[in-house]
Amino acid sequence: MSSPHLTQTNSVSEIMLKVLLALVPAIAANVWFFGPAVLVTLSLASVTALVLETVMLKLRGRPVVPFLMDGSALLTAWLLALSIPPMGPWWLIVTGTAFAIVIAKHLYGGLGSNPFNPAMVGYAVLIISFPVQMTQWLAPASIALSHIDFAAQLDYMFFHVLPQGMQLDALTSATPLDTLKTQLHLDKPISAILSLPIYGEVGGKGGEWVAGAYLAGGLYLLQQRIISWHVPAAFIAAICLTAGAFHLFDPAHHASPWLHLAAGATMIGAFFILTDPVTGPTTPKGKLIFAFGAGFLTYLIRVYGSYPDGAAFAVLLMNICVPLIDAYTQPPVFGKKK
Amino acid sequence: MKLLHRFNGGIHPPQHKTESTRLPILSAPIPEKLVIPLHQHIGTSAKPLVAAGDAVLKGQMIGKAEGYVSSSVHAPTSGKITAIGYEPAPHPSGLRDLCITLEPDGLDAWIERHPLDYLNMDPSSLRNRLRDAGVVGLGGAVFPSFIKLNPGSGKKIKTLVLNGAECEPYITCDDMLMRERADEIIAGAKIMRFMLHAEEVLIGIEDNKPEAIAAMRAALKEAPFEVIPVPTIYPGGGAKQLIRVLTGIEVPAGERSTDLGVQCFNVATALSVYRAIAHGEPVLSRIVTITGAVNKPRNYEALIGTPIDVLIRLAAPVKDSDGAIMGGPMMGFELPSTCVPLVKATNCIIVKSATLFPPAPQPMPCIRCGKCAESCPADLQPQELYWFSKAGNFGKAQEYALFDCIECGCCSYVCPSHIPLVQFYRYAKSEIWAQEREKKASDLARIRHELRVDRMEREKREKAERLAQKSAQARTQMNSEEET
Ligand code: SF4
Ligand code: SF4
Repeated sequence: MSSPHLTQTNSVSEIMLKVLLALVPAIAANVWFFGPAVLVTLSLASVTALVLETVMLKLRGRPVVPFLMDGSALLTAWLLALSIPPMGPWWLIVTGTAFAIVIAKHLYGGLGSNPFNPAMVGYAVLIISFPVQMTQWLAPASIALSHIDFAAQLDYMFFHVLPQGMQLDALTSATPLDTLKTQLHLDKPISAILSLPIYGEVGGKGGEWVAGAYLAGGLYLLQQRIISWHVPAAFIAAICLTAGAFHLFDPAHHASPWLHLAAGATMIGAFFILTDPVTGPTTPKGKLIFAFGAGFLTYLIRVYGSYPDGAAFAVLLMNICVPLIDAYTQPPVFGKKK
Repeated sequence: MKLLHRFNGGIHPPQHKTESTRLPILSAPIPEKLVIPLHQHIGTSAKPLVAAGDAVLKGQMIGKAEGYVSSSVHAPTSGKITAIGYEPAPHPSGLRDLCITLEPDGLDAWIERHPLDYLNMDPSSLRNRLRDAGVVGLGGAVFPSFIKLNPGSGKKIKTLVLNGAECEPYITCDDMLMRERADEIIAGAKIMRFMLHAEEVLIGIEDNKPEAIAAMRAALKEAPFEVIPVPTIYPGGGAKQLIRVLTGIEVPAGERSTDLGVQCFNVATALSVYRAIAHGEPVLSRIVTITGAVNKPRNYEALIGTPIDVLIRLAAPVKDSDGAIMGGPMMGFELPSTCVPLVKATNCIIVKSATLFPPAPQPMPCIRCGKCAESCPADLQPQELYWFSKAGNFGKAQEYALFDCIECGCCSYVCPSHIPLVQFYRYAKSEIWAQEREKKASDLARIRHELRVDRMEREKREKAERLAQKSAQARTQMNSEEET
């Protein structure tokens, strides 16, 4: 063995574990406001991811245990599960996870080699292929027209049956961002839209708390130095600036930056998705450019695109640019600063 | 209070320094046999001056500096030369080196010593003395000091930096030296300042050595000498990093600090400069930390050539000890065998054991987390260098400043995937060197071939010309004969 003879004891597993831990507050908030269905989604995605990860590792002739232990497959599963509607049908979850693990991760070379964020690939495939199922979000428990118990939710997820006389519409609603877009198309004034029951103080009812929980988890990751400030700061700044500019310019048709921060995938994106090291740039300047670009695109796709949120597509688009960003943002070497 | 600068990166590994600083420096006994390598410095090997059977006195030169970049070697005690031959040397490759074996006679009888009054001397004769006294950098780099004390004509040295930072874990030889022999270090620094005409002398010591800082301050009376505590961070004791911290100057790779008006020496080197000039004593011993998996870690003053296993035995190794590292855990190397002699570069011996140095965990793929880049004091992108080195894309690796890498190991230390990054850089560097050597060799061969072709053509031409001349002569002769 040559030098150094010392290594720190931290490991990839430890990093991934801490990220998973940082997601727990948001999961708790989800359960609190939208019911326990999300736990089923999470479990199903996790099991699918671990099974497929094992199969793929075997097929690729890699040691299974150390790679399973790295926790990256589990993290992909969780991020995807948290991005799709709770109480989505089982096949939706399995299909998305399969795309993420098999295609986006392993067919591109596995951990460390995949250029695209696997969870976002899974999400993009689902929203393009199954737009209906992907936009049926559970309404927050406090405002849903009717309630069904957990057993009935499971019946729906696995067997696609609802209790007698129950309509899915009564349980679900479009997301706050989606609602905003459709209502604006109907020429409703923004103030009237935002007083609809699904909106809370700044974002969607319940959803804003989940966003707050992502923020809290993100601050924990910052404190643990697992992520650097560059990505979340630049992403949030880009959303604020873009949304702020549109809002100032045309307040009748553009919601304030607050809504854009508290709704949709802004917070999970800022702290958990864009911070994926594998698919992002490594230089500090590169991280700023990458996240700022993603924030800008997220806003444009969210407001002008035909999908309910823009974060996933923005991330994937910026993933393409990463090699270029890295190449052009190399910091000067010691002694060669000008 | 001097305003300090900082360099990017660096790490805070566990220090393990207190173990070996509890007891004062102890003189190791003269061993039964000393094996003195002739190549203990950067540059050409010294040329042996003695033969087997010769009796030598302590301090007698037994190997003479050969060429400019070289240094001399001396008998560390009196005795008889028993052999000159190739012996195992403390080198990572395990290759043998030309060594002189000396059997001490126990008298420890000195050769005649000639102290110099440096203030009335010309720096060039002082430099000759240092060269003949075998004074080299004792921080581990062992570059001949007299060369570094020659700033070259027209160059001005503003700052002389004395390096007492000692940033690597486990190593405490400079710490103990500063605590116990601060006066002699300062005296050496004065001589160095005189030789370089330096305006100021800054002595950088990491702030984890309060005793050394106090001792050095107590030994210091006058400006322009200043003891400056610097933050404890590895590799803050690297010459370039310390120069940066103390002066704000960044010395780029491949450039000399003298061009920027700074020169840097280790504190132990200053002490040997003092002994060589003021007492006429060459470098015969050094302080070495024996630590790690031993029951009695401490610093020893040991004669050059003392077998390392003898020193390890003095420190009582623990039962499951296994092998040893020479130098620090970050940049040192594993000794192929402990049956090698102590040399001027041996600042520390860390005895290994499986508990102290568990085998490295299985490497995982790079997840591009950038921790390595954050920790790199040379401001490189280790993950890119790794990628290119691994792929054999050496051109790209050079483009990303592979040769600015100082192999400090910070990147490997922090990597959560436990990738032995530095090994990849060493591999890439050696491949590039090999390619360059090959290219040079093939260039040489091509030139030789072209010259040969040229020569053959010339010879052929000349031969043809000669023939033509001859036949022309013959013809004229014939004609003239015909005419007559
Ligand atoms: S620290 Fe290791 S895993 Fe992280 S970027 Fe550097 S080489 Fe890759
Ligand atoms: S070994 Fe080289 S690349 Fe790694 S941290 Fe040190 S200088 Fe940077």
